[in-house]
Amino acid sequence: MRLEILLYVFVMALTTYLVRMLPMTLFRKKIKSRFARSFFYYIPYAVLAAMTLPAILYSTDGYLSALAGLAVAVVLSLLNQSLIVVSLAACVVAFLVGMISF
Amino acid sequence: MAKNESPYRYLQGLKDGIPIGLGYLSVSFGFGISAVGEGLRVLEALIISMTNLTSAGQVAGVTVIVAGGTLLEMALTQLVINLRYSLMGITLTQRLDDRCHTGHRLLMSFGLTDEIFALAASKPYPVGPSYFYGLMTAPYIGWAGGTLMGALAGSILPENLRAAMGIMIYAMFVAIILPPMKQNRGVLLTVMLAAALSCCMAYIPVLNAVSDGFAIIICAVLAAVVMAVLRPISDGEEGAP
Repeated sequence: MRLEILLYVFVMALTTYLVRMLPMTLFRKKIKSRFARSFFYYIPYAVLAAMTLPAILYSTDGYLSALAGLAVAVVLSLLNQSLIVVSLAACVVAFLVGMISF
Repeated sequence: MAKNESPYRYLQGLKDGIPIGLGYLSVSFGFGISAVGEGLRVLEALIISMTNLTSAGQVAGVTVIVAGGTLLEMALTQLVINLRYSLMGITLTQRLDDRCHTGHRLLMSFGLTDEIFALAASKPYPVGPSYFYGLMTAPYIGWAGGTLMGALAGSILPENLRAAMGIMIYAMFVAIILPPMKQNRGVLLTVMLAAALSCCMAYIPVLNAVSDGFAIIICAVLAAVVMAVLRPISDGEEGAP
């Protein structure tokens, strides 16, 4: 463990913690505004959607395997399968398609 | 049970968090491999994961360390990439039960990640500290354990298997957002809008110069604002969508 790296990690962890902690600790009142409540209702889905597309297409070593994995994930999710079933199935399919296409 | 207290217990949270933990195991495995590949030591990679618990922020942080950036640059990078946690934290305050006093919030906020938030916020009843700690447990172990294993033994796994494991975390995102999309048109439109904006930010010249962390914030906030104006939720709609 090198001291200068420890310093970087300290700054990194402290910033990340403050960003998480301050709003959650200081914010106490119930939000009355209908706009604000709607915003906070939609934001988690918007964040996950923006993080997933198009990034999922680059998450394996080829478009084809990523598309196959995405397709399987969509179908299984529509069938209300659990998170772990969906992600393992997507991984297996991406792996198999990756093997075939190389 | 007093009014406004969550019916969920620690063990229920632990169980709900296991898929997230398994997903994190594979993602942090990749982080461990790349951090050591960039020149960090095994223990340094492990400490980063144990103190940060965030994927995009850690990858960017290692980049700053390796490039010998300033501490200010490190702080700003983390602030921008992790700003979404502030939004999630405020959202979560609306969904916490009465037992979540300041001491609990100080500890709970450490475990605020995209997936833990999404799960906690999508529960039909308010969430209490014990359920939330349960929810944090498996992901924390998975994240730290995966980093350690990746840093120690990344070279053992064949490359094509490691590549395929990269899709797991995104497939899990799909599994979180799709079921509510089926039931709620507002969520459906929000997801489509945010995804479309995100693709614009990734592929349109000039726009694609914006860093990934910023791009996520811009797309998500824009999509949520537009939908909050066009399709505000009705009273009592804030539970499970």
